[in-house]
Amino acid sequence: MWDYVKLIVLAVVAVLAAIAASHARDLAYLVHMIIFMSAAAIAFLWQIRHMEEAVHNQNEYMDGVVRYGVVATAFWGVVGFLVGVVIAFQLAFPSLNLEVLQGFGNFGRLRPLHTSAVIFAFGGNALLASAFYVVQRTTAARLFGGGLAWFVFWGYQVFILMAATGYLLGSTQGQEYAEPEWLTDLWLTIVWVAFLIIYLGTLIKRKEPHIYVANWFYLSFIVTIAMLHVVNNLQIPVSFFGSDSVPVWSGVQSAMVQWWYGHNAVGFFLTAGFLGMMYYFIPKQAERPVYSYKLSIIHFWALIFLYIWAGPHHLHYTALPDWAQTLGMTFSIMLWMPSWGGMINGLMTLSGAWDKLRTDPVIRMMVVAVGFYGMATFEGPMMSIRAVNSLSHYTDWTIGHVHSGALGWNGMITFGMLYYLTPRLWKRERLYSLSLVSWHFWLATIGIVLYAASMWVTGIMEGLMWRQVDAQGFLVNSFADTVGAKFPMYVVRGLGGTMFLVGALIMCYNLWMTVRKVGEAKPAAAAAAVAAE
Amino acid sequence: METYSLLRAFADSWYLLFMTLFFVGIIAWAWRPGSREVQSEAARSIFRNDDTPARDGASGPAQHLSEGAR
Repeated sequence: MWDYVKLIVLAVVAVLAAIAASHARDLAYLVHMIIFMSAAAIAFLWQIRHMEEAVHNQNEYMDGVVRYGVVATAFWGVVGFLVGVVIAFQLAFPSLNLEVLQGFGNFGRLRPLHTSAVIFAFGGNALLASAFYVVQRTTAARLFGGGLAWFVFWGYQVFILMAATGYLLGSTQGQEYAEPEWLTDLWLTIVWVAFLIIYLGTLIKRKEPHIYVANWFYLSFIVTIAMLHVVNNLQIPVSFFGSDSVPVWSGVQSAMVQWWYGHNAVGFFLTAGFLGMMYYFIPKQAERPVYSYKLSIIHFWALIFLYIWAGPHHLHYTALPDWAQTLGMTFSIMLWMPSWGGMINGLMTLSGAWDKLRTDPVIRMMVVAVGFYGMATFEGPMMSIRAVNSLSHYTDWTIGHVHSGALGWNGMITFGMLYYLTPRLWKRERLYSLSLVSWHFWLATIGIVLYAASMWVTGIMEGLMWRQVDAQGFLVNSFADTVGAKFPMYVVRGLGGTMFLVGALIMCYNLWMTVRKVGEAKPAAAAAAVAAE
Repeated sequence: METYSLLRAFADSWYLLFMTLFFVGIIAWAWRPGSREVQSEAARSIFRNDDTPARDGASGPAQHLSEGAR
């Protein structure tokens, strides 16, 4: 019965999308409607071949969707890193903004594609997959909502496709990390509410009395992103058949809402969600409980109490009132403490098992991730100090800071998660090759160091050149002088990014071969039965 | 009073007080007497139910709790 309702809904969506496509006022909207129509048609065909087949055995975990999430994470990771490498070399060698690609493949179009691909496609899929895995294991219950998890997974991929095609076709609100237009925003809202329902539903039907701390972080990530996304994307569409919209906020309010969103996207998407990963996968890989559960409770509450206020530090020396700038700066500095409390908690989980760093490259990856978390959460508060910010703002120092957090912390913990999950999800007895994991580890680590170091040098140089005045008080350097001086560091940055990308490709090969070539893990019960015979 | 001033006054008085007390309350709650055992039990909860969900009555968390108490 329920399957027939689904068929009707999918058919209606496909027809409506086709009608809307025929009325499209711009290319991006047309492409988006074709994506909608195709997705609904494919889902319709799939459904009609699998009527009344869905069985949701409550005595089994729902791991199929997690497996798809692992594949999507690895795929989008490579895509996002590749676009990053391309735009890094476009900055070093502007002629790579090829004439034939103008309007689609130039830096301005590719840059939001890179940021969204790594944050929302790579990071988002990693969060979806790990959230679905962790919530089931820590509640000892199957995912709530039957097939709804599949809707969330595929709906999220449709969101990624809409955002990516929109950027290339120039459909953007021009707000950093919130570029997608109203239609894409509305679709993500629907998917996100379904995600929240699954997560809450699973927590409510849990069989464990206690809600493990990782779930607190995941839940705060889901709830806060919903709030941030809706408030920052309050836009009024110009037409129902076009992708353009007009923002509700204006002036300094708009800037403040944007950076309240922007910084909390970092705080709750890239920090709270990934801390959920840290609190589950590091103890599991180290086979030791978290160092201090008390500290993890304080870490959680202090982090969410402070992060939400830190946004104004993106608007130092602007029209934003001074008190708001000072508030943002003060809370950013206070944020250092819970961040390092969490870092210490993650690192000390290995106390008594430090030898694993020598033998297990996966735990090495996770520990380096936590190390980069600590480094980035020290650098961030320092850069939020107004005097420091006057040097660092608008320079590549900021880009270096973001990447030591994104590549070092988010990237490395995600790689660790993928190495942990793949053998377990496909029931393999081990990874294909630990030495390839070591190769990945060193390529990624050296790549990040090259990236961050070159961006420190070039950023501080740029900041100093901008403020250099001669004896008469005239500025010494033009903007083009700084661009010329940055060339060697841009090349080094591109090389660092290339190494990071090569490491990710090695990981994909390793994971692929793990699924293909490594023998099946024997279930514990079967092994025991054999021993008993 | 205009909305801005009203909200501003509320934010830096009663709401600030509420949030501070809430936060202090959480710290006190985390350190409450007897919390250590519950917390170490929660920290170890990730090491079970790896392959299948808990079945009702089979090996529920209550059993683990009593094992810990023993």
